[in-house]
Amino acid sequence: MIQADLKRIGLGGFFLIIALFLVLKPVTVLAVTDDDCLDCHSEEDIVAEKDGEEYSLYVDEQVFLNSLHGENGCVSCHEDAEVEGDEHPFPLARVDCANCHDEVGEIYANSLHGQALEANDPYAPYCSDCHGKHDILSHDNRKSRTFIMNIPFTCGGCHREGTGMTKTHDISKHNVLENYSMSIHGEGLLRKGLTVTAVCSSCHTSHNVLPHTDPNSTISRQNVVKTCMKCHANIEDAHTKIIRGELWEKEPHLIPACVECHGPHKARRVLYEDSLNDLFCLKCHGNPDLKKIMANGDERSLYVDVDNFEHSIHKEKRIACAKCHVNMDHKNNPVCQDSGKVDCSICHAQVVDTYNKSTHGMLAAKNNKNAPICTECHGTHGIMPKSNYESPIFARNIPDLCGRCHREGEKAALLYTGTQHDIVKHYQMSIHGRGLSQSGLMVSATCTNCHTAHSVLPASNPESSVNPKNIISACAQCHLGIAEKFSSSIHSPLVSKTDKKLPVCNDCHTSHTISRHDTAGFRGLILDECGTCHEHETDTYFDTYHGKASMLSGGEKTAKCSDCHGAHDILPAYYSGSRLNRRHVVETCKKCHPGSNRKFTGYLTHATHHDRDKYPYLFYTFWAMTGLLVGTFAFFGIHTLFWIPRSFRERFKKRRQHSRQAILKKDDDEKS
Amino acid sequence: MENPQVKYVQRFTVFPRFLHFLVIISFLTLAVTGMALKFASETWAEIIAELLGSFEVLGALHRLMAVVTFIYFGLTFILMYQNWRKSGKSLLQFILYKDSMIPNLNDAKELVQTFRWFFGLGPQPQYGRWTYWEKFDFMAVFWGVAVIGGTGLCLWFPETFTLVIPGYWINIATIIHSDEALLASGFIFTVHFFNTHLRPEKFPMDPVIFTGTMPLDELKHERPREYAELVASGKLDEVIVEPVPRWFFVISHIFGFTALGIGLTLVISIIFSMVYLYL
Repeated sequence: MIQADLKRIGLGGFFLIIALFLVLKPVTVLAVTDDDCLDCHSEEDIVAEKDGEEYSLYVDEQVFLNSLHGENGCVSCHEDAEVEGDEHPFPLARVDCANCHDEVGEIYANSLHGQALEANDPYAPYCSDCHGKHDILSHDNRKSRTFIMNIPFTCGGCHREGTGMTKTHDISKHNVLENYSMSIHGEGLLRKGLTVTAVCSSCHTSHNVLPHTDPNSTISRQNVVKTCMKCHANIEDAHTKIIRGELWEKEPHLIPACVECHGPHKARRVLYEDSLNDLFCLKCHGNPDLKKIMANGDERSLYVDVDNFEHSIHKEKRIACAKCHVNMDHKNNPVCQDSGKVDCSICHAQVVDTYNKSTHGMLAAKNNKNAPICTECHGTHGIMPKSNYESPIFARNIPDLCGRCHREGEKAALLYTGTQHDIVKHYQMSIHGRGLSQSGLMVSATCTNCHTAHSVLPASNPESSVNPKNIISACAQCHLGIAEKFSSSIHSPLVSKTDKKLPVCNDCHTSHTISRHDTAGFRGLILDECGTCHEHETDTYFDTYHGKASMLSGGEKTAKCSDCHGAHDILPAYYSGSRLNRRHVVETCKKCHPGSNRKFTGYLTHATHHDRDKYPYLFYTFWAMTGLLVGTFAFFGIHTLFWIPRSFRERFKKRRQHSRQAILKKDDDEKS
Repeated sequence: MENPQVKYVQRFTVFPRFLHFLVIISFLTLAVTGMALKFASETWAEIIAELLGSFEVLGALHRLMAVVTFIYFGLTFILMYQNWRKSGKSLLQFILYKDSMIPNLNDAKELVQTFRWFFGLGPQPQYGRWTYWEKFDFMAVFWGVAVIGGTGLCLWFPETFTLVIPGYWINIATIIHSDEALLASGFIFTVHFFNTHLRPEKFPMDPVIFTGTMPLDELKHERPREYAELVASGKLDEVIVEPVPRWFFVISHIFGFTALGIGLTLVISIIFSMVYLYL
């Protein structure tokens, strides 16, 4: 190898070196001192040639003396230069720093860089490439290449785009240095001069640089969180909205690693207020005439009403434009070009997740243009909290908001195939609707109280808040007392273990036309509601006074099912808690019949004279009366039937007599 | 009347005519209000309730007219008593003689004769003051008031009645009350109306119950036995009267036609509903 090198060194250089050795020879007879070396190497024009290129062998004595190794003699590193005589072997062997720095040396040897060197990669960096040679300085020294401020440049020596190394090596990350310089870390370092910011080695380490695919790497998926947390110690707290706390410890593999959201070299701050403030955006978007021509030729205004935004909750929380409109790219002009739709889940991950599972979300996922996305309900730049009276999601405004699509004839109502119609109109007439809009009772239920705001699902879906399985809970949000009472009634699944369908709130109260239970309209409906399942009982009820009168004007006043059986506390008579139980029935009848007594309650409120086995007395009475009726009418029917022709004859006879008399009388008159 | 030569006889005095007036007023009201409840599911019933206000008004009117019914029921006994005293007969004779209100053997004979006459097998029977169908009408009302009135009281004061009778008897009372009422109104609005007013000889109506007078010819023809007896006893002149004034005659007809109209309309509605409900 030395011979090969010699061949490559030019003839002139050869002689010059010979001459130098001759000059230096007497000095190096004894122990080699630094002075001995500097005799030659302090000459500024001392050069050697390699591959046809000259390179300096000059050592600046002052720099060397100021360096970390200034106290150590030259030969402590250049061991092979310690020779008797004037000449040391040329060229000298590469200094092996591991002789002293053995621990670091070993780490380096196993690192990506060390392995590359082992594989004779000409671009493999050796210690001196980062630390320097005779000018090695402490990393505390501002002039050191390993001083924090200088590290990006030191690393960038090779890792900058366009260097020989990047051209010959397949590295998945590009523009590393450029991106870093625009990142929050780079900006902190380069623009703000913060020495506590992260540089290359903060994440990649200095000597143990390993590819991210290596599990031992500080930037491997397993370790990167730990690496980031060296500085961002309380980062969990800042991410509670996005990532459930316990997952950090229990199942870190389930949650995204830092770099999956925060591009490793593009940490986002580059797009924040400082670099892209709202005023910058408004320079263009403050213009009411700003328009975009869409692919289909439609014009779309890109104007942002500042006043509108000024009153929004996002403004209040100091959310900058770029925090929502994230896909900015400094390469584009303007930077917002093709930035796409805002993804609210960046901050509102949980809500969007819920929404995605709702009918609205599922339709949106299918690109149904009727599907409402976040902005449809919440607005865009002027988003207001639901406590603001002006907000579309303020409780009083919700029926109108939902009505925009769900009012009869509107797009959602047209898509809907169920049985509920005119829902908005009906709601507004209902006790909830009138409470809200007429009485201004803000505790009144609106659409979202029952249907939820974000997990809106059809009632047939078991996950839906208005599914029969869940609706009791939905109503119980407000009507807890009723729900508790209901839970011990025969209609509750807790009491009745049956396969038959048990009624839930809306089966009796309806969903959108809910009214007070004491209104004529509701009392009239009770019979229909109960009759849906208790058909026979309702039929027989209509055979009694209560039932018959209930069909006439004002009939809502007569006893309805719930007046005797109870409403939410309904129980069969054999339950001691039932209103129809022996202990309570007299009291129950007394509500309308103050003189009610034990025997009075024996009145059969569901009697029918058609059931011989159950009500024989009624059955036989009815048929006896019917027999009397039929018998009487049969006799007089026949009597009348036979009388009619005879009666006609009598009438004609009478008329003939009359006319005969009249003629006779006329004759008499004429005669006289 | 138009013809001043037509002679009129007094058939009814003021008292029975007043009683019949009470019967018409109360019976029609009871029938209309009661049937509206019995056939509550029918549109015509709803219309009646709607017109009167509510089912409670129906009930109030029904009870009011029940009181009127009990009054005329009582007054009938007074009328009977008066007639008995006037007749100078013993009570038993009064009940059993052939012109008593109680049906007797002679009525059975006349019934048979009537059927023979219908078939042309004999002449028109020699009807007296009361024909058998008139007696049946009278007895039917008598019976009806007792049965319907009794059960009606049960339904009016169920709390009181059930201090004595079991609760389910109220159900039985309901059936009896309602079906007997159906029989009564059905009978009055068809059979009574036909026999008295609508049969061709009388059509469109016989105002005698309002005016109290009837043409002598009619008496001769329809009640030959009564006429003969009057002639024989020489009392005919006593019952010959002046015809009622024209205005009273007109009012009687208006009232009569109104009552007939209400009754017929109701019975047609009932028949229609029963056919509709049971078929």
